[in-house]
Amino acid sequence: MGDTIYSRLVQHPLLAGLPLGAIEGFVPGARDVEFGRGDLVLTEGAPAGTLFLLEHGKVALSTHAPGKGHLLVQTLGPGEVLGLSWLFPPFQWKFDARAIEPVTTIALEGAYVRAKLDEDPALGYEMLKRVMPVVLERLQQTRFRLLDLYGKAPADVSTHA
Amino acid sequence: MSVPTLEGAATRGPFTPSVFAVAERSLETADVVTLGLDGPPGLAFEFGPGQFNMLTVFGVGEVPISISSPPGPGYLMHTIREVGPVTRALCQAPIGSPVGVRGPFGTDWGIDDFAQSDAVVVAGGIGLAPLRGAVAMLLERMGLPTGPRNVVVLVGARTPDQLIFKDDLKTWAAAGAQVESTVDVADDHWSGNVGLVTQLVQGAAFDATRAMALVCGPEVMMRFAVQALIERGVLPTSIRLRISLERNMQCGTGLCGHCQLGPYILCRGGPILTYPAASRLLGEAEL
Repeated sequence: MGDTIYSRLVQHPLLAGLPLGAIEGFVPGARDVEFGRGDLVLTEGAPAGTLFLLEHGKVALSTHAPGKGHLLVQTLGPGEVLGLSWLFPPFQWKFDARAIEPVTTIALEGAYVRAKLDEDPALGYEMLKRVMPVVLERLQQTRFRLLDLYGKAPADVSTHA
Repeated sequence: MSVPTLEGAATRGPFTPSVFAVAERSLETADVVTLGLDGPPGLAFEFGPGQFNMLTVFGVGEVPISISSPPGPGYLMHTIREVGPVTRALCQAPIGSPVGVRGPFGTDWGIDDFAQSDAVVVAGGIGLAPLRGAVAMLLERMGLPTGPRNVVVLVGARTPDQLIFKDDLKTWAAAGAQVESTVDVADDHWSGNVGLVTQLVQGAAFDATRAMALVCGPEVMMRFAVQALIERGVLPTSIRLRISLERNMQCGTGLCGHCQLGPYILCRGGPILTYPAASRLLGEAEL
């Protein structure tokens, strides 16, 4: 990992294209964090204080159901964002997240980023415009998955087949 | 894609089934079975990947089923999901039992058009069955002047148990394809992706400007898979879809009109269409 945190922030899809000064402003709140396969990255119910920008590897979001173990909700990979609960109260993780492969991330401290966005409303608005499509896409994907697209819909098959 | 002729079938008449025998039977999922059919001696059964046959269980009925093997020697494979009496009889057919075969019918995937392309195959659920032969052919030709440069296979299913052709996915990856699968629902025994197949399209490594895409699955899935492909920069004319509306196939020869959808007689002009031709059908609320 020869590149500096700054140059890697510039390349991450969430931040790419932001004014370079704004990205430079995030650097003091950023650090490299790595996880081994099977490591718990986020814990359901714990305080949400970090935005993870995934660079390599995959993370699975899951929740625990009594008697059913951990149910996987979604997997996230390179270029994606892990953890949005740091942005809004009550700042609490809603799911567990576990590394299913060795994972490298840039971890941005949530409170630090929020303070930066509050200081500069134009930057705050720009970031909101970048985060909302992520939220929207995840919402839409969740809706499609609720449809059970692969099931035996009666319209897909003839009555005599 | 080539428009099929009935010349091959005409030697025995397009409405007369040849009697094959079940030679191989493998359970793909709880309700999906792949049958390997052995033809009568001397019968040369030529087809293109993506075409379908009308299969008869004598005394029960006839259904259209995609061919799931590549052209060439070996058993003629069909992968069948149990949805009614005929498919149930097929899924339960014991080794040695007779199955009537009429065909092949419909358009194929047109693999000859994939020279020097990045072939992107997107399948949902049992939609992988009509693509299986195409993937095998693409991999056989990969790197040749007449074949694709790369092969990407993206597969979605409801759960890990409902993924079909699991061994093939491993074989294709070992042969050099980029293979990714995803499921809607899983527990922590599953180490693959969880999410929609459209997510895989976003993350897959291919050159959109050279991509030729083959898509098959439930109509809603295909609509959004196509949207994801176009957002990646794939040309709509480079996307081929298999309109999974075999429910209306009856004669297979374009005579009865049961499979007519808008301007298409799907058993002859389809079921594989380019996206510009298929888009109107996919957007219809009721067909």
